[in-house]
Amino acid sequence: MQLVLEKRAERSNTIALISPLIAIGLTIVTMSILFVILGKNPIAALGVYFIDPLTDSYSLQEIAVKASPLVMIAIGLSLCYLANAWNIGAEGQFLVGAVAGSWLAVKTNGTDAGVWVLPAMLLLGAVAGALYALIPAICRVKFGASEILTSLMLVYVADLFLDYLVRGPWRDPKGFNFPTTAEFDPVATVPVLIDGGRLHLGAVIALVVVAAGAVLLGRTIKGFEIRVVGAAPRAARFGGFNSNQLILLTFAISGALAGLAGIIEVAGPVGHLQPGISPGYGFTAIIVAFLGRLNPVGILIAGLFLALTFIGGEQAQIAMKIPLDVTKVFQGILLFYVLACDSLILYRFKLIFASAKVA
Amino acid sequence: MELVEAIILAVLAASTPLLLAATGELVTERAGVLNLGVEGMMIVGAACGFGGAWLSGSIIVGALCGIIAGTLLSLIFALMTLGLAVNQVATGLALTILGIGLSGLIGARFVGEKITPAPHLHIPGLTDIPLVGRILFGEDAFIYLSLALVVAVWFFLYRTRAGLILRAAGDNHVSAHALGYPVLRIRMYAVMFGGACAGLAGAYLPLAYTPFFIPGMTAGRGWIALALVVFASWRPGRLVIGAYLFGAVTILQLHAQGWGVGVPSQFMSALPYLATVIVLVLISRARSGGSTAPAALGTVFVPDR
Repeated sequence: MQLVLEKRAERSNTIALISPLIAIGLTIVTMSILFVILGKNPIAALGVYFIDPLTDSYSLQEIAVKASPLVMIAIGLSLCYLANAWNIGAEGQFLVGAVAGSWLAVKTNGTDAGVWVLPAMLLLGAVAGALYALIPAICRVKFGASEILTSLMLVYVADLFLDYLVRGPWRDPKGFNFPTTAEFDPVATVPVLIDGGRLHLGAVIALVVVAAGAVLLGRTIKGFEIRVVGAAPRAARFGGFNSNQLILLTFAISGALAGLAGIIEVAGPVGHLQPGISPGYGFTAIIVAFLGRLNPVGILIAGLFLALTFIGGEQAQIAMKIPLDVTKVFQGILLFYVLACDSLILYRFKLIFASAKVA
Repeated sequence: MELVEAIILAVLAASTPLLLAATGELVTERAGVLNLGVEGMMIVGAACGFGGAWLSGSIIVGALCGIIAGTLLSLIFALMTLGLAVNQVATGLALTILGIGLSGLIGARFVGEKITPAPHLHIPGLTDIPLVGRILFGEDAFIYLSLALVVAVWFFLYRTRAGLILRAAGDNHVSAHALGYPVLRIRMYAVMFGGACAGLAGAYLPLAYTPFFIPGMTAGRGWIALALVVFASWRPGRLVIGAYLFGAVTILQLHAQGWGVGVPSQFMSALPYLATVIVLVLISRARSGGSTAPAALGTVFVPDR
């Protein structure tokens, strides 16, 4: 038996639309099997994962809170991936943005600084994220060094730098020796939208980013250039598009968005700088970008879905003692199925039963 | 002198997982496949390797478990990228994300457990030679295995017909296919070899480097191994030099902490990662004239029937 791929004459748009749904379906089947292996009732586990978080206002707000950074980072990553530039260090850009913005919060802590503090923090976070992302981009453009490896190495560097700051110079003297900065002042905190709730301004910013992404990709020449450079590099060269410049641009934008997400996370839901501010947002955003088909609206939906898995995972851990790592397994399997189903858009699968050896 | 000896032993031990994983990836890439899932296969290899050794009480069984785990994961990668023609970069990332989750899931019950690590060789007489005895004849078996593996891979790639065909598949899959070589099958074997090596490299960590398992214990070594392949310009000999240099950097930062160097420990810990970035830039710049990478590296191949 042999699996053979046959190129379709043209892309199948029907399958392009339903393939993420097939992928989610297959993932749920696989997860059910995993739950059985773990000795849990799969129906109950799936209910805790996907239904329960949708039934109360607290969880719904929490989904939006988790989705905001995922969506912001993924929009930026999708620009890179469309241009065939592989930024996989968004996690590091997220952390550096968080650190840069926190610097101002720490410096102004306890002083009577005005309302300018938060906007300045957001700006600092975005600029720092962009600059940090430009390091691998410049190494790629100037020296030809693989941006995949360099951007990833810088994640570890950023992580260690943050660790140093909160254990060393920025440690809260009143923090009982915990590695954390002091709680940010109210002027250095992202305001919540609903009194007493968790939903904060970051969700609005994420929606603005989605809209901006849609406009950039759908309505501007730059967006067109990004797509062409990624999809048809030769055509792009004949068209006079500068692919190096686009690599720098898409890395800078994605770094800025990741950095902005980082400082919003610290100044919003977390409230202070500490290690472990990200449950792997930068990496999960890669899944969000692909699940959303590198399309802004798709990314918004995909971001909400993956946020649901984070919340569901936490609830499943409490309610059913399902290990938290199941969420990561789930996300990894989902990405596999998404990619595999995408293959259906370009190819027809055929199983050939012949004497040929199994390949 | 004892300190020098201890440092050299530590460098060799720190280099071995890098060398093992990078050797496997070198073969994979020589066949034209870029598998970015090394970190994922390593970390699952670490969990399964420790689990196997802890349950069976045997280091060898542990190592085999690591190899099998890495190979199985690499088969998923092969099915995706070779069978379904999916983008290799994205699939490799998915493999790493999945591997980190699986490793946590598998390893959770082993956290806090201990095993007796792989013994060091002791040949009476030879091992007792001052200065060089312990370094040459007193390592754990994995270190000799890793070096033997590199020699075997060099011999295979440059001195056998099969190795020539494998390199041909990596340099020009269309021509290799036209000549009648089964490009996809060759690549699948290469990917599996890479997975086996990565699994073994991961298993080395809890079996010989430290006698316990902690989640995330590979700490980016899989990515450094990938960088090493670039550093080595896809040549086995240079891989050994590269791996030992990186092992030395890792040990340097550990000892610098012990010697009370006035630099925060986090900065020293960041050294291997920064070194990787700098090395990648230097190597890539030096090669700007013409790349030595396999020409078909990372490209999808769908044979016409």
